[in-house]
Amino acid sequence: MTRNPQNGLLGRIDGGVAGILLLAALLVIVLPLGLDIFRLNMVGKYLTYAFVALGLVLCWGSAGILSLGQGIFFGIGGYCMAMFLKLEASSPEATKIQSTPGIPDFMDWNQLTALPWFWEPFHSLTFSIVAVVAVPALLAFIVGLAMFKRRVGGVYFAIITQAFAAILTILIVGQQGYTGGINGITDLRTLKGWDIRTDEAKLVLYFVNAALLIGCILLCLYVRRSKLGRILVALRDKEDRVRFSGYDVANFKIFVFCFAAALSAVGGAMFTLQVGFMSPSFVGIVPSIEMVIYCAVGGRLSLLGAVYGTLLVNWAKTMLSESFPELWLFAMGALFIGVVMVFPNGLAGLYQQYIAPRLRRPTVGRTTIPATAAPIIPPHTAAD
Amino acid sequence: MFEGYSLAELGSIFAMQGFAGLILFSVFVLMALGLAIIFGQMGVINMAHGEFMILGAYVTYLCSNFISSTVPALFPAYFFIAMILAFFASGALGMLVEWGMIRFLYRRPLDTLLATWGLSLILQQVFRSVFGAREVGVVLPDWLMGSVAVTDTIEVPINGLFVMALTIAITVVIYAVMFRSRWGQGVRAVMQNRTMAGAVGINTEKVDRYTFGLGCGIAGVAGSAFTMVGSTGPTSGQLYIVDTFLVVVFGGAQSLIGTIASAFTISQAQSTMEFFLSGSTAKVLTLLTVVVILMLRPQGLFVLKVRR
Repeated sequence: MTRNPQNGLLGRIDGGVAGILLLAALLVIVLPLGLDIFRLNMVGKYLTYAFVALGLVLCWGSAGILSLGQGIFFGIGGYCMAMFLKLEASSPEATKIQSTPGIPDFMDWNQLTALPWFWEPFHSLTFSIVAVVAVPALLAFIVGLAMFKRRVGGVYFAIITQAFAAILTILIVGQQGYTGGINGITDLRTLKGWDIRTDEAKLVLYFVNAALLIGCILLCLYVRRSKLGRILVALRDKEDRVRFSGYDVANFKIFVFCFAAALSAVGGAMFTLQVGFMSPSFVGIVPSIEMVIYCAVGGRLSLLGAVYGTLLVNWAKTMLSESFPELWLFAMGALFIGVVMVFPNGLAGLYQQYIAPRLRRPTVGRTTIPATAAPIIPPHTAAD
Repeated sequence: MFEGYSLAELGSIFAMQGFAGLILFSVFVLMALGLAIIFGQMGVINMAHGEFMILGAYVTYLCSNFISSTVPALFPAYFFIAMILAFFASGALGMLVEWGMIRFLYRRPLDTLLATWGLSLILQQVFRSVFGAREVGVVLPDWLMGSVAVTDTIEVPINGLFVMALTIAITVVIYAVMFRSRWGQGVRAVMQNRTMAGAVGINTEKVDRYTFGLGCGIAGVAGSAFTMVGSTGPTSGQLYIVDTFLVVVFGGAQSLIGTIASAFTISQAQSTMEFFLSGSTAKVLTLLTVVVILMLRPQGLFVLKVRR
């Protein structure tokens, strides 16, 4: 894709500054005014998944690497945060009824008498925040290095990341004494003495989350519009040609995979803060694939689309499972099939194809790009 | 980890675990054969493969109930009828799916992954609505129950032996169909060079449809065999899908021998380790080993040399 991204496919589909302002207004003004704190907290929870979807737009949409293991990074980010909060909640005074006071309750139940070594550093908030981003990025770096240097890609990459999600879930569930097992890390109370369970705290966390999300969108937009972003698109479309031009393709893939992992982890940490627990049910194969559908529904090429897609799918999920629980799986299944077969570029693609041309009609004399110029199906999917 | 066992006991343990591994191996092979045909030959990722298995299992369950209540005389042999029905039920559904969905998605493997995942969710909910959320099991006929004592310490369950025999029979049939029949030759021709196969007069669309149907049919038979060693619930299929894919990829996607070899390695490793370590640790170690080997050898153990 040699077009200038400012008015090329990516530039248009990103939405640009106006689109981001619109989203910011929706998140920071419209939703807090229109929803009670319970629903707003719920939207906040959805927004944490949007971080994962953003990562997938870069990783899958731009660079053509479909990772089915983003739940791993979401989970690790969430667990890093949860470990800090759990240690704060299990001070010796708060846990004096245990046989060993001062360690998290689930460790006590599992007959552990001392804090495991890898829990120790999580007494520090700074360390925990660094760990939220660094641990998943490091893991992604190792996996990416091993895979992309060996030119493992496409389908094989997807299946292997899925296997990692399975491995991590089994580990977390199996090592109950260290991780809280299937229940996860629950009963989180305060952050540096600040009670996160009150309504005001939830409101503050919602705004922090929204601001972080906007920040991450801007960061992603910057990455995509940089030269690096264009190389990513180029290697998605014709990997060999980029390699022959002298670029080390693997390094770019590793970078974008790590970047997506770090984004997902930030979402995971915000999830823990807002929801108050973390469990292996957000790590495994099923949530990881669901996260892909958030991105796909919004549009795998569009950053803003991914956020709207996440909000929409989760909102539909909540509404449907509240009133017709048996319908939810049907709807989700239909979404998967529909998005692949009918609108591969998601809602953003539909908007670009049908709505944007109408909005643009008054300025037809300027440079309009015919709808046919944009490939509806990204050609990278055929490359494997 | 070996303390406290005498040599004879260790021998029996390894024999018993080895045998448990063989049953697991049979299950893996049955699941993976269908997938190896669909993924290896056609390049389609069928995430709903597990659900096709479960369909076969439910057909067997229905068949067992129906026969035991209407014609009890046939009950000892119901299993064979059920297997044939399971093959045709899953195969027919597979062909329908190919016609309605998969044929639009050839050459977009990652999209087949998402679409078939959606299909698997829908099928799961259908199973749940029809059969309920509880797991169901079938009653085995008398001749399948009990076990054979090989020595004082080694016992071999008969249903396990039966599943193994079944696996061998099905593998031989698949081999004959894919590599010895004219139809199989056509399938392989289409998969290797679609345009050329079409040019020499092979109806490629028809070949695609029947190949997909065959793969799904085998999944149905696998599910049917599965009812003899475990119970079936709406979400059982999802538990095995990653394992099955790893088996196929580990063996080398286009090689049936590779699929069998990798199923054997993975099942034996897991079953032997399971005795000495906890089940979850054994599983993690096995999966990790497979993933690491796959990183070193992305094409799998057995690579089919094809001119591209």
